[in-house]
Amino acid sequence: MGNKQTIFTDEQLDAYQDCTFFTRKEILRLHGRYHELAPHLVPMDYTKDPDCKLPLALIVNMPELKENPFRNRIVESFSEDGMGNLSFNEFVDMFSVLSEMAPRELKAIYAFKIYDFNVDNYLCKEDLEKTLNKLTKEELTPEEVELVCQKAIEEADLDGDNKLSFADFENMITRAPDFLSTFHIRI
Amino acid sequence: MEALKEQVEEKKKVIATLRNQPWRMKRRLVVLKEAQEFVERFEGALGKGRGRKLYAFKVMMAKKLIKFKRDFENFKTACIPWERKIKDVESHFGSSVASYFIFLRWMYGLNLVLFGLMFGLVMLPEILMGLPYGSIPRKTVPREEQPTAMDYSVLFEFGGYCKYSFLFYGYYDHERTIGLLQFRLPLSYLLVGVGIFGYSLMVVIRTMARNANEGGDGAEEGDFTFSWKMFTSWDYLIGNPETADNKYASITTSFKESIVDEQENQKDENIHLRRFLRVLANFMIISCLGGSGYLIYFVVKRSQEFAKSENANLSWFEKNEVEFVMSLLGLVCPPLFETIAELEDYHPRIALKWQLGRIFALFLGNLYTFLFALFDEVNAKLESEKSIKNSTEWIYNQYHANYSSFFNTTDVPPPAVHPADVIRGPCWETNIIGLFEFVKLIVSDIQVTYLTILIGDFVRAVTVRFLNYCWCWDLEAGFPSYGEFDISGNVLGLIFNQGMIWMGAFYAPGLVGLNVLRLLTSMYYQCWAVMCCNVPHERVFKASRSNNFYMGLLLLVLFLSLLPVVYTIMTLSPSFDCGPFSGQEKMYDVVMETIEQDLPAFIGNIFTYATNPGLIMPAVLLMVLALYYLNALSKGYQQANLDLKRKMQMARDEEKNRRNNKDSTNQVMKDLEDLLPNKSLAPPPIEEEPPPGTHTHTPAYSSTAHAISQFTPDYPQCLLFALHLSFQML
Repeated sequence: MGNKQTIFTDEQLDAYQDCTFFTRKEILRLHGRYHELAPHLVPMDYTKDPDCKLPLALIVNMPELKENPFRNRIVESFSEDGMGNLSFNEFVDMFSVLSEMAPRELKAIYAFKIYDFNVDNYLCKEDLEKTLNKLTKEELTPEEVELVCQKAIEEADLDGDNKLSFADFENMITRAPDFLSTFHIRI
Repeated sequence: MEALKEQVEEKKKVIATLRNQPWRMKRRLVVLKEAQEFVERFEGALGKGRGRKLYAFKVMMAKKLIKFKRDFENFKTACIPWERKIKDVESHFGSSVASYFIFLRWMYGLNLVLFGLMFGLVMLPEILMGLPYGSIPRKTVPREEQPTAMDYSVLFEFGGYCKYSFLFYGYYDHERTIGLLQFRLPLSYLLVGVGIFGYSLMVVIRTMARNANEGGDGAEEGDFTFSWKMFTSWDYLIGNPETADNKYASITTSFKESIVDEQENQKDENIHLRRFLRVLANFMIISCLGGSGYLIYFVVKRSQEFAKSENANLSWFEKNEVEFVMSLLGLVCPPLFETIAELEDYHPRIALKWQLGRIFALFLGNLYTFLFALFDEVNAKLESEKSIKNSTEWIYNQYHANYSSFFNTTDVPPPAVHPADVIRGPCWETNIIGLFEFVKLIVSDIQVTYLTILIGDFVRAVTVRFLNYCWCWDLEAGFPSYGEFDISGNVLGLIFNQGMIWMGAFYAPGLVGLNVLRLLTSMYYQCWAVMCCNVPHERVFKASRSNNFYMGLLLLVLFLSLLPVVYTIMTLSPSFDCGPFSGQEKMYDVVMETIEQDLPAFIGNIFTYATNPGLIMPAVLLMVLALYYLNALSKGYQQANLDLKRKMQMARDEEKNRRNNKDSTNQVMKDLEDLLPNKSLAPPPIEEEPPPGTHTHTPAYSSTAHAISQFTPDYPQCLLFALHLSFQML
């Protein structure tokens, strides 16, 4: 179908279409975006699977992520080394999970990872406090922050250990009516 | 062999669900490659033995099908228009405003398909294969109207050449078949007219079903207030710094409000005063609705009288009174309802629902009053049609008698009258319904949507921006400031316009094409207006949990606009001299005729049997019973769900209390504890007998205690039990 492009082989494109929620055109567009973040670092020819990673600072400046208070956490959760350096595979993966077509369960898993600031697989009180401060740009008083975090844990904690495990988080987030429409980035 | 086949199937399933797995991309690619290699290697092996060629063929077809589907998906996404525009709007205003534009785009797609149907199956055959303009009376402008037929003012109201063109019902010829291909135009007209409703219904219901799956479980509003606020309030689509600042501010305000709500005790409300105010508000609103209905009826009656009197002396205002009044009501009443609703003192989300319901009732009432007034006029025209028909026949008979008596033959050629001079019947379909729908739609749309945007948003923004330099107070922060995009008003407007299109499409085939143009210009115009003149919302209250609220409204409007059309098809007789059904008793006679004459005999028999009341009554009864049964089934499921929820909640509470070493808060547990025997009261034990107290005091609770004891051990175990129950039900 008019494949004059030489960036990927056809098998690679088919594999990407099987592994993500994107179509061929969108994958090529994503590569364009990835390339323009660092034209000298990112090769145009991906047929040989080059090993190229872009640092956190470059990715976080994308217009889609620039205004997001959780942009650092988002990029870190999708990077293999946890420091925010994304290869093209991880870049595509990130936007695939955040796209419209990803199912609720998959998004819940990654939302949990994003909000888990100390990366211990639990949302403890400090994680919640950090989330809240980022959301309100620290406009709330410490007592208010304490109250909100306490209430949130009370509401969602099912097994009574004063922190949210993934089961608690998932139970709470899958019922939220707004979750799918807000946890969505269009690229 | 079987095991191998199973393994191959499993690998295929893995490939299909690969994108839903939360793995790293590298792992996915590796797994994909492995699975694909395995499938390819062993699929060939499976084909050995009997039916090898057939199996290989099946496999090849399956692969081709997958490739075709993927190419088609790629093609479809390439065809979706306005993706950049919507993304811009989203990043500036968030997902709720953008949802309006997504809805507009969906409507555009729907209308495009309807237009394709109408154009391809009705308009094109008539234009290409039917008789040209001017050949028969219905296709020619009458002699009296010819001098003014090209005037701009007449064309603007769709009179003159427009009225006698393929845009309207009256142009179509009633020949059974036309052209070389023997295309059955009247049948096609009727079927397309009904098919438009069928297709729209199918598409709306399919979209609703898709949205319903995303709706999420119904959790109570108050269950997770703070958690949801914390984790789902940030809109990831926002890409604009100003919008982001706005969002931070609104999130902070919303948290502060929830904190205050949480800390405040219930105020001592004066229930009676509140109830009285609510009743008063509802009474006022109902009287407003009644008043507007009566006003419309009155104005339509007056316009009929104007039409009977001389045309030339009427001012523009008097000629367009009906549309003007309807648009005015649509503009004035909603803010009026909002101010009256201040008396009611509801939570903003509930107040918004009431407001939407009232606006809906207003539009509906207006529309149906208008239709009833219209039907009076249609009946009057039918009466006058009878008299014209009689006079035409009388003239023809006269001519016949004269001719045969003069020339002494019985073979009388048809009178040689120019088509423009023939006496016309009043052709109620075109003149009343077709024209009214057209003119009403255009005028109301131009007035309400475009002018409102121009004046309410653009002029306001310009004045605020430039007058601010020389005004005493800060116009931008204070009174007028910039407007916010009114989502619900716009969506309702879109839905009602679509309802009018559905009503008018049968009588004015060109209407659908016009609507496509209108939606196209609307998209660009409103995108420009929203980016240029509006600011993001300060408070965001979504009226609905999912998009199904507006879809449900659209479905309702579809049914309501279906009713008048079906009524006219079934009961009113078509005009005798215009349109594709002229000469028939009722419009659906075309279908009966086709079944009798063109289809083989046994199909006619089948239809006669199928429409027998003896068959239809049991069928209806069966459907009612099926409805009742499904309803009972769903109630049973709901009850089972509630029971499960309650059990899980109880287990959770028990677990929490156990960890915190608190006493049980569950009332039943407390009662049970009270009922445990008090050892100090028991007489000194006799060896064989068990103490009588346990038997006589706790018979009723023993089974509950047993059941509860099953749940207290472990939360995971309880969860497993609950899952087991739910699987049993599925």
